[in-house]
Formats: sequence, C-alpha cells, structure tokens
Amino acid sequence: MSEQLLYRRRVSTWWWTRKRTYFVFVMRELSSIFIAWFVVFLLRLLSAVGDSRSAYDHFLDWASSPLVVALNVLTLVFITLHAVTWFSLTPQAMAVQVRGRAVPGSVIIAAQYVGLAIVSAFIFWLVTR
Amino acid sequence: MTQAPAVRRPKRRILPLVWLTFSGGGVIAAVFLPVLVLLFGLAFPLGWISAPDYAHLHAVVTNWLTRLVLLGLFVPMLVHSAHRFRYTLYDGLQLKRKLLIAFLCYGAAMAGAFASLLVLLSMR
Repeated sequence: MSEQLLYRRRVSTWWWTRKRTYFVFVMRELSSIFIAWFVVFLLRLLSAVGDSRSAYDHFLDWASSPLVVALNVLTLVFITLHAVTWFSLTPQAMAVQVRGRAVPGSVIIAAQYVGLAIVSAFIFWLVTR
Repeated sequence: MTQAPAVRRPKRRILPLVWLTFSGGGVIAAVFLPVLVLLFGLAFPLGWISAPDYAHLHAVVTNWLTRLVLLGLFVPMLVHSAHRFRYTLYDGLQLKRKLLIAFLCYGAAMAGAFASLLVLLSMR
C-alpha cells in the first residue's frame, strides 16, 4: 500500500463550544475530575474518622469552608450529569434479555433509578441512624 | 467483519479489562456518589442535617466489611475517572502525547488505589 499524504485541518481546541450537544458531551466527560476529587474527599474523611474525634471535627470544619463547599456544589452538579447520562446510555451499551426477549431500554433505565433510590436510602439510614 | 489482523498488539489484551472496570466504576459513581456528595459534601458540613456522631461513624467505617466494600467502590471509580479523563485530554484538548497521557492517567489511578488501601488499612 502506498503512503498517502492527506491534508488534515487541525481541529480547534474549542470545537465543543459550538454546539449544545458537543458542550454537554464535554461536560459529561469532565465529570471524571469531580469523581476523582470526591474519592479524595472521602479518603480524607475516612482518615480523619480513623484518627480521632478531634480530627473528625477538624475535617468537618475544613469541609464547611467556602472553597470546599463551592467545589462540592459543583461536584453534585457534575455527578448528577454523570448519573443521568450514564443511566440513559446503558440500554445502548448493554442488551439485556429475559427468556429470550429483549428488555426495553426504558425498563433498564428505570431499574437503575430504583437501584439509586435503594442505595441512597440504605446509606442515609446507615450513617444517620 | 473481515479477517482479524494477523499481528495482534499486546494492548488489546488489557483493553477489555480497563473497559470493564471503567463501566463498573461508572455505575458505582452514578449509584453511590449522589447521596454521598449530598450528605458528606454538603448536608453534614453545612449543618442541614446534624453530622453523624463520631462513635457511630467510627464503628461503621472501621467494620472490615465496610472497608472491603469501600475499597471495591473506590478503585473502579478511580479507574473510571482516569480512563475518561484520558479521552477528555485526547478529544477535548486535542493533545497528541498519547502514551504519556495514558501513563499519567492510569498511574494516578494506581496511586489513588494504593492510597485508598493505605487509608482503609490504617484506620484505627
């Protein structure tokens, strides 16, 4: 096969700002940063709780500082975007069959929201009881 | 589909594993994180709901089953995050140093996994 030299125009770094769907796509991809951030946040919490009562109080003080609160508000927005888009994409990524029949996408999506509700209720109960 | 390529690159073998962990981490983040962010990120620090009593929270998180579950949640989420961020850098910012980016992203996820293990094991 002979080598082909093709002219490729460089795509602008800001290509995703031109269309709403592109913008939502990139925002969805950026949720990864906030997931990593919150794992770090939870590790700090666990390490404080594992340490002492005063370290836990200190953690809560730090977590209520304006910068951390602002970051966590953003985190909640991005995690919500991640959850909604992830749930709605699942039927396309995974074909579920029950007794040889394809389960409709809407059922798969609804099942995940039920899972979310159960897990949320359980965690709420576990930490606040 | 035509014939499979004669030469298989080694990276193909680990790709399904990364993809599986990416998907698992995506589900975990979608199902577990909203309530955790809402409670520990906002409601407890801001006093919307009184923060859990220390003795109770300590008992819950130092339970060995909890530690194991938390490790099983954190590691896939870190891999998910690294994998997605890697493609954000490729596609979003059009960066070209692909091998370096992959190395940094998965390296950070592995460092995070190791840190998680340390924190979970060292809780007293």
